[in-house]
Amino acid sequence: MIDIVNTTEQPLIRVEKLTIRFGHQTVLKNIDLSIPDGQTLALIGESGCGKSVLIKTLVGLLDPVKGTVEFDGHNMHTLREKELAVVRQRFGFVFQNAALFDSMTVGQNVAFPLEQLGGFSRSEVREQVMERLHEVGLPKNVITKSPAELSGGMRKRVAVARALIVNPEVLLYDEPTTGLDPVMSDVINELIIRTRRRTPVTSIVVTHDMHTVRRVADRVVMLSPYPRLAAGQPQILFDGTPEQLGQTSDRRVRQFVNGEAGERLLELAGDPNS
Amino acid sequence: MASPSALPSTRWNQILESSFSWIADLGETVHDALISLGAFTVFAGRLFRWLLVSLPRWDTLMPNLYQVGVRSLPVVALTGTFIGMVLSVQSYAQFRQLGLETRLGAVINLSLVRELGPVLAATMLAGRVGSAMAAELGTMRVTEQIDALSVMGVNPIKYLVVPRFLACFFMIPILTIMADFMGVCGGFFYSVIILGIDSFHYLENSAVFVTGFDLLSGIAKSIFFGGAIALVSCYQGFNSEGGAEGVGKAATSSFVYSFVSILVLDLFLGIVIQNLQEFLYPGAAKLL
Repeated sequence: MIDIVNTTEQPLIRVEKLTIRFGHQTVLKNIDLSIPDGQTLALIGESGCGKSVLIKTLVGLLDPVKGTVEFDGHNMHTLREKELAVVRQRFGFVFQNAALFDSMTVGQNVAFPLEQLGGFSRSEVREQVMERLHEVGLPKNVITKSPAELSGGMRKRVAVARALIVNPEVLLYDEPTTGLDPVMSDVINELIIRTRRRTPVTSIVVTHDMHTVRRVADRVVMLSPYPRLAAGQPQILFDGTPEQLGQTSDRRVRQFVNGEAGERLLELAGDPNS
Repeated sequence: MASPSALPSTRWNQILESSFSWIADLGETVHDALISLGAFTVFAGRLFRWLLVSLPRWDTLMPNLYQVGVRSLPVVALTGTFIGMVLSVQSYAQFRQLGLETRLGAVINLSLVRELGPVLAATMLAGRVGSAMAAELGTMRVTEQIDALSVMGVNPIKYLVVPRFLACFFMIPILTIMADFMGVCGGFFYSVIILGIDSFHYLENSAVFVTGFDLLSGIAKSIFFGGAIALVSCYQGFNSEGGAEGVGKAATSSFVYSFVSILVLDLFLGIVIQNLQEFLYPGAAKLL
């Protein structure tokens, strides 16, 4: 496990004073975060706290109103379009609903990033696709199926295979186990762990699932929804190891981690922002 | 309770408040419209830049050409045929009163090649293909497929919009020719076979009054219509938000805005083409 206290080395991803606003609504404010190479970070927090927004901003899908996101020394929001495209090829992104291309077969979906990179023969691409599908535990015959014919768990695994095919340096998972049964959730967790063991990949996992957090994460960051914070409070409520998470003194973190719905419900009833 | 002297002042304040509110609403509407116009201009600029920088791969372009061109041919042919026949039905009585039935061929065919053929083909394209494009791109937007493309380092405008634009641009002239041809056939069938107009004079008058310029001007107009349909539909789909409802709205607005664009372009292109024709062919034969 990576020691989170040791931050002397240059982080792979550095977020500084990041502020994101949609219209008049502030979602993220003054977020500072450093992620060292090879770490698996779980990003948790209540719905609407900006977890997905944060990881989309990391790959330049959303532009901040203030602050910077640096990846390996590149400021993601000042790069030219072509440079950004090249840097993005170092990322793999598993979207919440898999985001597979409906008009393509599973095989074409997995092959797509490789074909866009170019320089591979058809047989090489096919070989890589079969290998990745095997890695995520999908049978060979799935290659000709359309995404619509697959179950939620299979779609997620195809999305992981598609993200892995270019051997990314950073893997971003947006709620990878949401909507899956416990067994399939564990299959996805196992895939995240195996991927990490096999390649020195840095991973950020956005999740609500505390089981996933405890299984896969080296470090946990918990965000609070910005509108729920009192003036001057930091938006990052917790930043530490999964072990430290269980012993935290912050009531909001404890409620989230232990799923204390009763107390939270009372709070929600008296909270106009919720 | 307000004093008598305060009442007019209160009413005056209410009038002022309602006027300011109206001005603020108007300002917000203008502001939103300008932002939308700016976003559309940026979108169009990006599209044209990609058109100049690199063309799409053949395997990306082909399915779009097939979808826009081949799949639209039957409906364009069918509507073209009926428009030709309807023109014959509607014009026959008036021309017979003047004893000019044989000129019916010229009227029908001229209306078709200059106006109805291109507008009809464009309307069919906006309804059949434009809405489908908006819905497809809208679905891709709300299901994060467009974001997935971006993350893979693929420019979504280059990959999704450029092939659709080119398909509309290149296929609409063919659809227009089909609409013209089937309309001419439909008009001929109803006028000659059903109404019994002499076929020789029907065709002779058509040949005198319908020129190559008329045909080409109709086809030229259609290219602008095709470009506008693709641009409007892709923009609507690309910027849809809010799930299934947003996709539905994008599909509807794509047809409405495309149709309005077709009519506005038709007016301005019609004026330009008319002036050009009078300049190039000052002594051209007049229908009446």
